[in-house]
Amino acid sequence: MTYRNPPTTPRKSATFDDYTLSEIRRAAATGIYDIRGAGAKRKLPHFDDLLFLGASISRYPLEGYRERCDTSVVLGSRHAKKPIELKIPITIAGMSFGSLSGPAKEALGRGATLAGTSTTTGDGGMTEEERGHSKQLVYQYLPSRYGMNLRDLRRADAIEVVVGQGAKPGGGGMLLGQKISDRVAEMRTLPKGIDQRSASRHPDWTGPDDLEIKILELREITDWEKPIYVKVGGARPYYDTALAVKAGADVVVVDGMQGGTAATQEVFIENVGQPTLACIRPAVQALQDLGMHRKVQLIVSGGIRNGADVAKALALGVDAVSIGTAALVALGDNDPRWEAEYNELGTTAGAYDDWHEGRDPAGITTQDPELMKRVDPIAAGRRLANYLKVMTLEAQTIARACGKNSLHNLEPEDLVALTIEAAAMAGVPLAGTNWIPGKNGF
Amino acid sequence: MPATKLSKAASHDQASRIFDLDVSSLRELNQALHNLTPGSNETAWEVLHPKGSHSVAVGVDQPVTIDVRGSVGYYCGGMNSGSTITVHGSAGPGVGENMMSGSIIVKGDASQYAGATGKGGLLVIEGNASSRCGISMKGIDIVVHGNIGHMSAFMAQSGNLVVLGDAGDALGDSIYEARLFVRGKVDSLGADCIAKEMRAEHLELLQGLLDRAGVTGVKPSEFKRYGSARTLYNFNIDNADAY
Repeated sequence: MTYRNPPTTPRKSATFDDYTLSEIRRAAATGIYDIRGAGAKRKLPHFDDLLFLGASISRYPLEGYRERCDTSVVLGSRHAKKPIELKIPITIAGMSFGSLSGPAKEALGRGATLAGTSTTTGDGGMTEEERGHSKQLVYQYLPSRYGMNLRDLRRADAIEVVVGQGAKPGGGGMLLGQKISDRVAEMRTLPKGIDQRSASRHPDWTGPDDLEIKILELREITDWEKPIYVKVGGARPYYDTALAVKAGADVVVVDGMQGGTAATQEVFIENVGQPTLACIRPAVQALQDLGMHRKVQLIVSGGIRNGADVAKALALGVDAVSIGTAALVALGDNDPRWEAEYNELGTTAGAYDDWHEGRDPAGITTQDPELMKRVDPIAAGRRLANYLKVMTLEAQTIARACGKNSLHNLEPEDLVALTIEAAAMAGVPLAGTNWIPGKNGF
Repeated sequence: MPATKLSKAASHDQASRIFDLDVSSLRELNQALHNLTPGSNETAWEVLHPKGSHSVAVGVDQPVTIDVRGSVGYYCGGMNSGSTITVHGSAGPGVGENMMSGSIIVKGDASQYAGATGKGGLLVIEGNASSRCGISMKGIDIVVHGNIGHMSAFMAQSGNLVVLGDAGDALGDSIYEARLFVRGKVDSLGADCIAKEMRAEHLELLQGLLDRAGVTGVKPSEFKRYGSARTLYNFNIDNADAY
């Protein structure tokens, strides 16, 4: 019997892990960067790293099912004659017709309206489906200005000037040729079937001084009736918030890097911008420094999944949150019922993110007439409304436990952090200590 | 209704409605214009002392004439839908931005982004236009009597840009289906923009544009046509150097 030296266990590199190796092979084979939808997938400090303290001897709780806990919020009270009044502090983020199907946009409008909140157009103009089914519709004013027109501007309930988004601060929209149907092409004034790379900068203004003049123009066109939001990606939240306020915004929307996109480069999604948790305190601080906290409302988005996330964001000083990815999941995105079809596309339910290809088995991120029939706008809208109501109830449960009769009375003092990173970002103490990293010089 | 008939009616049958921005506010002017309803008799408007005000006569959606006596700041006539605005002076950035229909005539020069993202109508600049004239245009027709600056017609999607003088660098960068007609020299063409053959249909189209803009003594045959080579319409890694 020959002796064999004991072998070492095959060892894979932590640096060159399986995903990295597959990406190198894919790039070498295709000669194009990886494009996908959704937001950052890497692990990031997030709301899960925060905990509520709840009531104790020094704080008393409210009765869970009896005592009132207000959830309403008014957006745009600074300048607009007709501010947006929402029953819940959870709005639906901007997602374009083009990236989403008509029935999916209709379902978003139906669900938001049932739950008493607003929905938002996207980089493709306003459709009849969403205008007709959204009681309160925010009309995005984007660099591409696809489909932008006076009639829709006037029949919107608010206007959101989009400077950037969390998935790709500094990047423009992207809609590849396979999703450019006749209807999408017509709304965007472009030939059918060509790749659309929307501009990353607005065509007629640059910088905060121009933005102020642009906002004045939008107010003049709409007779100072509609709230004007300014949406930024989570790049420099302190300065971006301060400059948006200075430019005259009624509402500032800050979108962290977990916020989704219809399509952009994977390298962009994972490497540009800051986590949502890291954006909130600087944005709130900017409002406080200007004496504008609660006067100019702050909406935060990017990775909001449940009522705990909502409550934590509000406790950190946010007025409302916005959801996109979670809303799509409520409609039916990435549902395991389509697993066989996800497998045919080389993926699995829960990981499908090739939204730009337009072959979504769930019928949401597609313009294919057969696939989009899989979304029943009424049933899907009902699911979204259910989900929004559950999130609201969850947030109320936490708020009452903290003794608050309004979600907006939650405060940083109600929170501790599980990690040093989250403690530093959120500006709350590390659990079990009174240490807030960065405060008091250490 | 032709413009000449309209102005005659205004002078004989009724006085123009005059807004003096030294006395009235911009808000009052725009609100009065937005309060107009179809068939209103107030078809002729005059704006005095604009003194570089921003957002003069924005979002007008009735077919009235508006004569602005002086120079304006940003976004004059923004999103215009059907009115005829004449600026008797120069215009700041973004004149006629996102115009839907109607016409805007600037007697002097225009700053950056003239006619940006315009969907329709006619913008005439009797002087020169600065950089990014016709940026992202989506159906508007723009006629510039003088020269235009760099990066004009960037990402221009649809419509026609006519330049009687010269064009600056990177004309028509990343252009889609807009047509560019330049009579003078072009400093350089942007990515995917090329000179194209001027066929009979283009000469006819150009003559129509010149007529609408009140240009006389200039022949369509004096222009060159530029447009998209369409090589960047769908991504190909071998074209990456073009960006």
